[in-house]
Amino acid sequence: MNAEVRPIRTAAESALAELFASAREDAPGGEAARRVRDDAFAAVASRGLPNKRVEDWKYTDLRALMREARPLADAPTAEEMAAARAMLPLAGFDAQRIVFVNGRLAADLSDVAGPEDGVSIAPLAVALASDAASALALKGVPNDNAAVALNTAFVADGLVVAVTDGAKPGRPIHVANVQTGDAHASYGRVLVSVGKEASVTLVESHVGDASPHQTNTLVGLDLADGAEATLVKLQDEGLGSLHLATLGARLGAKARLRTVALAVGGVAARQQIFLDFCGDKATADVTGVTLAGGRRHLDTTLVVDHTTLNCASRELFKSALDGEARSVFQGKIVVRPGAQKTDGKMMAQALLLSETAEANAKPELEIFADDVVCGHGATVGALDEDLLFYLKARGIPQAEAESLLVQAFVGEVLEGIENESLREALTARADRWLAERS
Amino acid sequence: MPAVQETVARVRAIDVDQYKYGFVTEIESDRAEKGLSEDTVRFISMKKGEPDWMLDWRLEAYRRWRTMTEPTWARVDYPAIDYDDLYYYSAPKGTKSGPQTLADVDPELLRTYEKLGIPLQEQEILAGVEQRRVAVDAVFDSVSVATTFKEELAKAGVIFCPISEAIREHPELVRKYLGSVVPTSDNFFATLNSAVFSDGSFVYVPKGVRCPMELSTYFRINEKNTGQFERTLIIADEGSYVSYLEGCTAPMRDENQLHAAVVELVALDDAEIKYSTVQNWYPGDSEGRGGIYNFVTKRGDCRGRNSKISWTQVETGSAITWKYPSCILRGDNSRGEFYSIAISNGRQQVDSGTKMIHLGKNTTSKIISKGISAGYSNNTYRGLVSAHRRASNARNFTNCDSLLIGNHCGAHTVPYLEAKTSTAVFEHEATTSKISEDQMFYCQQRGLSEEEAVALIVNGFVKDVLQQLPMEFAVEAQKLISISLEGSVG
Repeated sequence: MNAEVRPIRTAAESALAELFASAREDAPGGEAARRVRDDAFAAVASRGLPNKRVEDWKYTDLRALMREARPLADAPTAEEMAAARAMLPLAGFDAQRIVFVNGRLAADLSDVAGPEDGVSIAPLAVALASDAASALALKGVPNDNAAVALNTAFVADGLVVAVTDGAKPGRPIHVANVQTGDAHASYGRVLVSVGKEASVTLVESHVGDASPHQTNTLVGLDLADGAEATLVKLQDEGLGSLHLATLGARLGAKARLRTVALAVGGVAARQQIFLDFCGDKATADVTGVTLAGGRRHLDTTLVVDHTTLNCASRELFKSALDGEARSVFQGKIVVRPGAQKTDGKMMAQALLLSETAEANAKPELEIFADDVVCGHGATVGALDEDLLFYLKARGIPQAEAESLLVQAFVGEVLEGIENESLREALTARADRWLAERS
Repeated sequence: MPAVQETVARVRAIDVDQYKYGFVTEIESDRAEKGLSEDTVRFISMKKGEPDWMLDWRLEAYRRWRTMTEPTWARVDYPAIDYDDLYYYSAPKGTKSGPQTLADVDPELLRTYEKLGIPLQEQEILAGVEQRRVAVDAVFDSVSVATTFKEELAKAGVIFCPISEAIREHPELVRKYLGSVVPTSDNFFATLNSAVFSDGSFVYVPKGVRCPMELSTYFRINEKNTGQFERTLIIADEGSYVSYLEGCTAPMRDENQLHAAVVELVALDDAEIKYSTVQNWYPGDSEGRGGIYNFVTKRGDCRGRNSKISWTQVETGSAITWKYPSCILRGDNSRGEFYSIAISNGRQQVDSGTKMIHLGKNTTSKIISKGISAGYSNNTYRGLVSAHRRASNARNFTNCDSLLIGNHCGAHTVPYLEAKTSTAVFEHEATTSKISEDQMFYCQQRGLSEEEAVALIVNGFVKDVLQQLPMEFAVEAQKLISISLEGSVG
């Protein structure tokens, strides 16, 4: 009666197992890394890809969305490099840019000038060589989560960024990811540690061509006491891609984290965010915008774990959905026993622009301390008829009126980007989505 | 603020033991063999004098149940239940199913209900001119012992009787509606109930009739080691209205007892059903010993156009509550409402909420849930609001607030929102907080004691829901709230 039902492996699961078996020997990091990778892959292999019967993946059935596993990307050819050069995202944005093409560091396209004082940037291989286990099995991230475990099992390239205590580099660091060429799978990992009282702005962008690539990225962020980090992400992958991304952030005492994400790409995409409050009086402001049309499926899953005193978190996620698009927002604020004076507010709003769009929200609170103020809200609805009428009565055509209202809706999040050129670039991208829509 | 003063006075009046319904009635009873098998199911069916179709229905449910596993997704934690170590049928000796007069009822039983404050003597109530009349069906362990005002209700055409009687007397209605809202395959506990349910109430309100009085059922578990499996079926035919109340208590015992009920409501065109529950099963002692496991499936089907189902619940008892009164809004323009106060103290665990499933056009639903956790308890709201693709203009408003008293308890909110049509408008808001020092200071500064201040603030917190209860219950509920929270202050 209680026998665990283990369905027959899907084609994707079998292919993943074969890929892992062949990639395992050559994966960087030596024996220590191999053990972690084996464990990680075993976690996925034993349970299979998560399906809708797994609560965390209830609305994003990875087994159904990932019908096949793409082969691991080879080093990009000269043609692919040229194509990537033409596609580089956020071209006008001044930052120290590091480019990955098909998951491999592309030195030619990257900003090779030495980083600013107090910042060191090294390939992931360096971290794997020194302490593979902790670079692969990150703290504060559920390592048995399917997306995380697959990343751990397969990741070969990435970055390690360290900002020393007190350093405040003026230029942001921009990690640009380009997928081009034949359909492939690419894995990336960026580990960032920010020293005490230091501050950094990190920008992550993802673009790709129309091939059905599969990307899986993980960003690990470790903020020491008093550190500050701003993280801006643009997910603008090709419309055939499957994009799985995880952000794991650990916040020390009085650390401050701000994130803004804009997701417009991928046929199916899931952004997972795990925030772990490790010190008192830390604050996090986590926001995101999802724009989707067609039959696309975009998921944001968030777990905010409060274990310490006097911390505050704000989450604001908005999605505008057209066609038969589906958005998922799963957010959970956990307040552990003793995490008194926690202040958590979470808001998820979905705007349905077509009759067939679908929004799913699951905002959760799990609270074990009494002296807290926590709340969440969720709304789902179409554009306000009165507002549309107001604009139309003033001679603005329907399509334009709709665009104006959506702009205002998502603007609340995008305006939170302090860097002006970056804010403009992301706003322009959102505007382009609206223009293409109408 | 007379209500508050009364609340505080009540709290004070209670001595060491907070649970005042914990006595045991010494009465001989007739039980089924311990354990669960096809024979048990046959025994229950035979005892009830059921027709063959009913027995087949039960057996099918039983066979299905044997293949099912107990759900584990709820945030509750309890040792495994040995379903073969329970009595599935227990009836006070001398009571036979079937129509009877109050004179036939064992005086010991009458005293029990008197002690519980449930009047079974019709004339007594009639004597009090001012008092509103309530028809009561009293269920003691596995059987209904008395149903009052049956004749008067019959004059209006309302059928109000134990379900076992309805199966014999009104098979056409029972066959048509039983299991049509909660099918026998619905979930583990509902399937178990379908196999072994023993009694419960049956209500049928004919077309265009407004039920002349409140109907109510009072459930009492008395016997040791028994499970109570009641089944309630309420049908409101076109244009009718009925308000139904349910209350429950159990003796204090060291072991846990199982209560797995199924309630089905059917509202046809323009009908309205108002279902109120004051659940006060024995919650166990302060160390978490004993108490009732309350695993209940309650579901209403707004089958007709313009129909309305409203659930109101005050949950203060049970060691474990697993209960999600839901509405299927099938008819166009139908409405579903859910008002809940769930209070947990001691080691209680509550996982409760609702489902509002919008299928018809222009359907609206409203959810107001207030959870109060104290002591070492955990209180979870779990709810689903979904709009089908064709449920145009579905509208929902949800508000769930939690209040924490003390720092060893937990309050959780797990809502699911699924909108598959752009014309749906869903709003959900939830907050969790403790009684703020400012509020306490404000009250105390005006001369209220700490206890009075908490009572005042808590009563304000749950006011929205209390207002939905029929008057007699509102007073009762307010008392219960203060009793449940006793000892949690400071």
